[in-house]
Amino acid sequence: MYAADHIDAPAITGQTTDITDLYVFQGATASNLVFVANTQGLLSPGSTATAKFDENTIMEFNIDNTGDNKEDLVIQCKYDAASNSMQVYGPILPSEIGTRSKLEGSMTASVAVTAYGAAAVTSTSAAGIQVFAGPRDDPFFFDLNQYKKIIAGTAIGFLAPGMASDAFAGTNVLSVVAEVPKALLGGAGTLNVWLETKKKI
Amino acid sequence: MKTTIKLLAIVLGSTLIATSCKKSDPTPAATVYYQQQDQKGRPAINTVFNGAADKDGFNTTPPSAMGAIFQPKFLANVVALDGFLKSKNPAYVNYSTNALGWDPTALTTNLATDVLNVTTTGTPTLAALTGRTLADDAIDIELKFVVFGGPTGASNPQLTSDNVNTNDKPFLASFPYLAAPF
Repeated sequence: MYAADHIDAPAITGQTTDITDLYVFQGATASNLVFVANTQGLLSPGSTATAKFDENTIMEFNIDNTGDNKEDLVIQCKYDAASNSMQVYGPILPSEIGTRSKLEGSMTASVAVTAYGAAAVTSTSAAGIQVFAGPRDDPFFFDLNQYKKIIAGTAIGFLAPGMASDAFAGTNVLSVVAEVPKALLGGAGTLNVWLETKKKI
Repeated sequence: MKTTIKLLAIVLGSTLIATSCKKSDPTPAATVYYQQQDQKGRPAINTVFNGAADKDGFNTTPPSAMGAIFQPKFLANVVALDGFLKSKNPAYVNYSTNALGWDPTALTTNLATDVLNVTTTGTPTLAALTGRTLADDAIDIELKFVVFGGPTGASNPQLTSDNVNTNDKPFLASFPYLAAPF
């Protein structure tokens, strides 16, 4: 089963590194951008309470503000098991770019991970970076099963409204949400953003 | 300005190296590195455009290197899918250009570098290729603009909407925006 980026490739399927979706949109405060990293998709309600972030996996938002598709800033999110919190580094110019990273600079924000079933715990740093980490409903929606039939050649189109069904209904993901003042992101109006998961080596 | 920042970073980096070599610091902590495992910019790019053999490699390639490696493969897969759909349904209208005027070569050139373009001066949406909101119907937008809908977005209506148009839970108006889990 695969979809937006859920279980998109053999090596990361079922791993803490499996990205399901990236969202970047304007916050309720128009001077902020919101970055959402969803991982570890297709969690049933029964398996959500025991799903954990991984200390050895960082989630890294890469931001190119010069148009060359190379990161000029990174926002790194690292889980700390001892404090059960998500620690945020950046936005900061990374000391190296590409497939290998290290945590850059000093921690700029952190938030306790919200437990399954508990009210959302949020935290805002002095620099105005607001953070959430914990389980959420998977916001992605798609009649994946009918798509698979089309690709397999056993159907020629999607189902009618009312017949179609969301294959992600009732499933959860582990989310990190960071709302960041646009003033910290640079650029002249357009950014290129991508999300990477990186594993400790 | 950017050059200045980079120079400053080099200077600071040198200072850190010098500091860690001082004799008064007998056990400098080894730098911990992390290696890329998964990558994502726009929704569903790896899923739709890459064959099975290329999916892991795509996820571990930086975007600036993706175009040269993956655009030819994307193009071959788009052409093959177009032929396949026609073979299954004579009424299928073969792909020419999309609503942005992109032919298959332009389409795959634009999408093989998998980054999400985001505006900082307006309201980002996926339909305008300026971001991605939670409520954006990513699949319908991609089906219409990117694959099957032709120059007007209206061709092949059986393939331009999955008819699942909203999430199964309402989103929140304020932080953290995503709905509580089931």
